[in-house]
Amino acid sequence: MEILMAFVIGILFMTATYLMLSKSLLRIIVGTGLLSHGAHLLILTMGGLKRGAAPILGGNAESYTDPLPQALILTAIVISFGVTAFFLVLAYRAYQELGTDNIEEMRGTEKDD
Amino acid sequence: MSSLHLAILAPLIVSIFIPLFYKIFRRIHTGWFVLPLPILLFVYFLSILPITMSGKSLIKIINWIPSLGINFTVKVDGLGLLFSLLITGIGALVVLYSIYYLAKNKEKLNHFYVYLLLFMGAMLGVVLSDNLIVMYAFWELTSFSSFLLIGYWYERDKSRYGAQKSMLITVFGGLAMLGGFILLYIMTGTFSFTELMSQANDIFNHALFVPALLCILLGAFTKSAQFPFYIWLPDAMEAPTPVSAYLHSATMVKAGIYLVARFTPVFGEHYLWFWLVTGVGILTMIWGSVFAVKQTDLKAILAFSTVSQLGLIMSLLGAGAAAHHYKFLDENIFTVAVTAAIFHLINHATFKGSLFMVAGIVDHETGTRDIRKLGGLIHFMPITFTISIIGAFSMAGLPPFNGFLSKEMFFTAMVHVTEMDIFNLETWGILFPVFAWIASIFTFVYSMILVFKTFTGKYQPEKLEKIPHEASIGLLISPAILVSLVIIFGFFPNLLSDSLISPAMASILPSLLGAGEEFKVHISFWHGINIELFMTLGVIILGVFLYQTLSRWKPIYKSIPEKLALNRFYDFLIEGVQSGSYTFTKSYMNGSIRSYLVYVFAFFIFILATTLIGKNAITFDTSNVSSIGVYEVILAIFVVLGSICILFAKSRMTSIILLGAVGYTVSLFYVLFRAPDLALTQLVIETISVALFLVCFYHLPKLRKFETRMSFKLTNALISIGVGAVVTLIALSAHSSKLFDSISQYYVENTYKEAAGKNMVNVILVDFRGFDTLFEITVLAIASLGIFGMIKLRLNRRKEG
Repeated sequence: MEILMAFVIGILFMTATYLMLSKSLLRIIVGTGLLSHGAHLLILTMGGLKRGAAPILGGNAESYTDPLPQALILTAIVISFGVTAFFLVLAYRAYQELGTDNIEEMRGTEKDD
Repeated sequence: MSSLHLAILAPLIVSIFIPLFYKIFRRIHTGWFVLPLPILLFVYFLSILPITMSGKSLIKIINWIPSLGINFTVKVDGLGLLFSLLITGIGALVVLYSIYYLAKNKEKLNHFYVYLLLFMGAMLGVVLSDNLIVMYAFWELTSFSSFLLIGYWYERDKSRYGAQKSMLITVFGGLAMLGGFILLYIMTGTFSFTELMSQANDIFNHALFVPALLCILLGAFTKSAQFPFYIWLPDAMEAPTPVSAYLHSATMVKAGIYLVARFTPVFGEHYLWFWLVTGVGILTMIWGSVFAVKQTDLKAILAFSTVSQLGLIMSLLGAGAAAHHYKFLDENIFTVAVTAAIFHLINHATFKGSLFMVAGIVDHETGTRDIRKLGGLIHFMPITFTISIIGAFSMAGLPPFNGFLSKEMFFTAMVHVTEMDIFNLETWGILFPVFAWIASIFTFVYSMILVFKTFTGKYQPEKLEKIPHEASIGLLISPAILVSLVIIFGFFPNLLSDSLISPAMASILPSLLGAGEEFKVHISFWHGINIELFMTLGVIILGVFLYQTLSRWKPIYKSIPEKLALNRFYDFLIEGVQSGSYTFTKSYMNGSIRSYLVYVFAFFIFILATTLIGKNAITFDTSNVSSIGVYEVILAIFVVLGSICILFAKSRMTSIILLGAVGYTVSLFYVLFRAPDLALTQLVIETISVALFLVCFYHLPKLRKFETRMSFKLTNALISIGVGAVVTLIALSAHSSKLFDSISQYYVENTYKEAAGKNMVNVILVDFRGFDTLFEITVLAIASLGIFGMIKLRLNRRKEG
């Protein structure tokens, strides 16, 4: 399973990178979303998959899966949501102000005030 | 903290309060608050004099970073004390002079005195630190304070140019010196100078000995304005005159001399040391003196004369170092060079300090320093004239002033060089007295120009900005004290010989002394009829002749190119570096986010791939994998398909929905991977995200395909495949190699015991790693504030429109 996941994660990273390198702002935001999915799965996979019951005591299980990556990912999910939301509003406002969502056209030059 | 440490730090501490004094007591010149400090310090250092005179030294240690061998060790020996007295003594006079020189209403006195005190503390630190690293720190601080003082009138282009030049050259030398110190540390394992000296003989044949020697000399030569690094000193004359008198003639430029003197016991026996120090010194002396003659600005003459005189002292130290090879001579005739060096060091501070102050007075009272405009001032400024003629005659080496004595000793030392039978001196040694003699003739000429072109000759009132009159008494006190020292040291040179010169020599040539011995120094006027006397006579006769016929020689002096090749080279280098780095930066910092991301990802691939390969970390181990179920395969296919489809999505709606689909699939993954909390959170977040995307959907622009070029797509594809591959490799390797046990067991065991919770993930988040969660909330709060701000923000442009 871990081997399969390694390839799934690789593909997620690949598509995310491709999207982030494009010129459209929306595609970049979508790319960051995919990137965070990939990163979360990567952390989980590195900790080992399906090694026991869910990390909740009281079920009389013999072993539990690793709770630490899960705690890390929980934090990461929330933060990546915050960043995505921020980015989305930034894109929306930038489009309103500048009239474009092509980042090449947004390029600031030193002549601009 | 001993009183010695306090003495070094006192100027730095007082400098903190200077702006306060300046603000509160506006009516009183800020200099009056500064003046007591150097006087007190001078008296304090005088009180140490008996200790060094008895051949001992005072050491106080504050442990700073003992593990690295860096301690704030202060050591006062003969050499250090001599410099401390110069720094505080001349410092006091310069502060007094500056009180009358800088008007309290017009000048930024708070800046000026802060910089000056910064320098004073730094310079004391340089000459009293026994630890090389501490000394280096103070050394650079002197460069910085010099930079600030040269750029004091920063609204002038020339000041900024001069400040930058001096900074670049001296800091370059300082860094070389640091390199030398580190090489010494590699050889000896210590940064303490005292310990270093005891190992000097052991490292003499070490492979790093010569590189260390060269690095340290580079530091000394840049600081002391030796050829070819002297070019910063004439430009440093843009500083206010008190600063020129203090930093750029009496103290800071002598830091290089100090360094050479300090390291003579370590490097002195090496032939390179002799040839470089003596050779560069004598070359600088002749070069500086010739250039001084062709200057027309009083301060420029003095600047080149300082360059020349520093060369003189340098060459003497080099010649003196050769005395190491004659340990068994009863009367070591070669030590006279070191005696002369120290004596001239003191003399130079007195006469050059006074001459700088006179140049400042002339500038102050007439509005110009150009000797073509000046002349005939003797009637207006008789006292200034007297001071300057004494100073100049001493500089020219005329009796009965102190300059005569040290110049005679200089000749003696140079003549002795020809008697040495080491380092090929039998053949080349004759050049030294010849060069010294020629340089002295030019020294004589520019000394005469300095006085007589200013004070005698035709008075040209129409060329002066002000009507000249005698300077106020306050301006005259300091130079008057200095020239009285010129006379006193001239008549009673032996006042200095036991108190200062002999202890300082003991620091420079310690190996020539047995236990309890000291150098017997006796300076006398009359040596009998010998070659030195004839050399001096020759200097005077030829000098007078050259000065009298100066106008005839003008074309020859002028034929030396006005813009020196060295200065051109420096300017060329600076401009080249600036424009070159600008073009280079411009070429890759092109303002496009995509380019930056390309750099980031490319570097990401490069560094991770090389590390993986270099550390041989790629492992592939299938023994420890968990089973693959049908559902998981289906989910994996969903994720892969979904993410690849986004790449080809034509409309924004499709891409948003596909992103949502991938997100929900990932949350199903969490279910299968026994992570119920993650699954729940992911579901909630994904729902909100999709909702948010759809809210913005209305406003967002149509998804257009901007990228059309094939090469563009190809680069993107290559980089993304690279990133994907590297991440896959890392995931595989991370799974296959377990370097150490997981720390998770602690949480499994203690979740209930310590925190009385049953959901481990929740307990970790709120109990064990509570701060992480706190900061997570902070991030969210900042993001929401940012979002709120952006929605509310209306840029001015829109309002106007």
